[in-house]
Amino acid sequence: MKPVLVKGSEAIALGALEAGCRCYFGYPITPQNEIPELMARELPKRGGVFLQAESELAAVNMLLGAVSTGVRAMTSSSSPGISLMAETFSYLAALELPAVVVNVSRGGPGLGGIEASQGDYFQATRGAGHGDYHFLVLSPASVQEAYELTAKAFELSEKYRQPAMILTDALLGQMKEPLLPRRLRVREYPKDWALTGARGRPARVLKSLFLGPGELRARNELLQKKYRAMRREARAEVLYAEGAELAVCAFGSLSRIVKEAVEMARKKGYPVAFVRPITLFPFPEKPFRELSLRGVRFLVVELNCGQMVEDVKLSVCGRAEVESFALPPSDLPAPEDIYRRIRRCLRKR
Amino acid sequence: MSPKKVKPPFTFPRSLTERPFHYCPGCHHGIAHRLLAEVIDELGIRERAYGVASIGCACFLYYYYDVDICEAPHGRACAAATGAKRARPELAVFTYQGDGDFAAIGLTESLHAAARGERITAIMINNTVYGMTGGQLSPTTLPGQRTTTTPEGRDPRVYGYPLKVAEILAQFPGVAFCARVAVNTPKRVLEAREALRRAFLAQLEERGFGYVEFLSACPVNWKLDPVSAARKVDELTETFPLGVFRDLT
Ligand SMILES: Cc1ncc(C[n+]2csc(CCOP(=O)(O)OP(=O)(O)O)c2C)c(N)n1
Ligand code: SF4
Ligand SMILES: [Mg+2]
Repeated sequence: MKPVLVKGSEAIALGALEAGCRCYFGYPITPQNEIPELMARELPKRGGVFLQAESELAAVNMLLGAVSTGVRAMTSSSSPGISLMAETFSYLAALELPAVVVNVSRGGPGLGGIEASQGDYFQATRGAGHGDYHFLVLSPASVQEAYELTAKAFELSEKYRQPAMILTDALLGQMKEPLLPRRLRVREYPKDWALTGARGRPARVLKSLFLGPGELRARNELLQKKYRAMRREARAEVLYAEGAELAVCAFGSLSRIVKEAVEMARKKGYPVAFVRPITLFPFPEKPFRELSLRGVRFLVVELNCGQMVEDVKLSVCGRAEVESFALPPSDLPAPEDIYRRIRRCLRKR
Repeated sequence: MSPKKVKPPFTFPRSLTERPFHYCPGCHHGIAHRLLAEVIDELGIRERAYGVASIGCACFLYYYYDVDICEAPHGRACAAATGAKRARPELAVFTYQGDGDFAAIGLTESLHAAARGERITAIMINNTVYGMTGGQLSPTTLPGQRTTTTPEGRDPRVYGYPLKVAEILAQFPGVAFCARVAVNTPKRVLEAREALRRAFLAQLEERGFGYVEFLSACPVNWKLDPVSAARKVDELTETFPLGVFRDLT
């Protein structure tokens, strides 16, 4: 198999097609237009459906309708469009629908900008919409991983009957890298809830209104139980943990720059580890817990004003010092910028 | 003489469950429900029906129909129906929405679904108020009509004029059937049933979007007894004339 040179956004679309995505609904927004454009070319050829909606609000509700019938479907957008979808995210979670949503995020708040930003970390991991719910959130760091995690998102969303999000940003979305479009095994799960017409079976209902005494509490407890079960899907990339005094943490495309800085530091003999959460929800608490128990400190680097750092703090539970290196969106840092901060951090001791 | 089998003149629709309606006395939602069930039965589409329950007094739609039903957020029924129909074109997809759901918060989704000629059937229960939330102003409230948020009556200088949704949709090439009906007389009930049937034929024959708007009494929020509320529907027809505005079936 020959690698192809594609953008991260295109890799996401290809990953979705590889996973058997049948329907795409979306509304144009930079920097993710490569996804709908690729889907508009490819889906009809494969007997699937591409539909440009009149808004993100319409798109996400078309997605709700499509996945309710048991077919694999997705939408993609960027930050402001994702905000507009928030109410329906809550419904998707409440109806336990395996919808896949991609956020190629950009700078905010407001119209912000179209540069790379990780300012939607809270929005993605805390739910964005109303009520107690979560999306399963995956964040790739390379074009190859964008392809593979998107396919994985389809599988996990069906496994848990649970909406899933790919959270990436303009940097990875627009960056070209070689992609090996290898065949992926995407497991199927029984869809005994799908609305396909009540032929030879009782009618099915997908609803989220529970007014009977105790009903809503039971419903919430069921969802929470599922979120706890999802913890086993937590994934992180951990490097150089042996003998480390400081663990530098980052997710998504920024982690590439951070990894380079960590390697620079290690070449100079600094005992630095690298931790990259791949699932943002469930958050991979384990490596953080283990490192903190060994007295390792943390430096959390993010392209926002400091969001993931809260999850790191929750994971280490006060056992270790956690420092935030928050880089609000505008320019990307150079590895040297991060290297200098690592050095400063280590010298503090 | 062998006893002849006579088809009973009045049977319980197969597509309706036996659960008693929760609607207020004199509410017309119940009549519309029954007609919809009869039409689903007559067209033989119960086993491939997909209904979208919207947010409003009829949000419990799924309790009353023995067909697959999905709930959509307030106003988004036509978008959800679009997704379901595009994903599985073999389904007979319908929405059941109020005037607030269809024509206020969801107007964009409703108009665009109609403009695209989605093969879905939209049923809109126009009771000129937000019934479920206690009778506030809706996009179809009549000038001068008192609601809880227009206590002195709808003032056109403040709120403009009611939206005539059926007339708007009738101009869309993608709309294959579009009618406004009422159910406050037996004759009108029969006409409403026929309109519903055609609104389904619009999608079953692949012609386009089907729409039926019911002028529907809301005695509770109109502060009238059921009989006066049914009569009041006649007054509504002055602003909202009954009839078939477009029919390609
Ligand atoms: C996003 C959102 N906004 C507001 C509401 C509150 N709400 C519930 S039903 C409704 C209006 C329903 O009116 P209509 O669609 O005319 O239906 P009816 O109850 O009159 O049959 C409103 C505003 C809601 N559920 N969701
Ligand atoms: S409030 Fe009005 S529309 Fe709602 S059930 Fe009662 S009468 Fe019917
Ligand atoms: Mg109403």
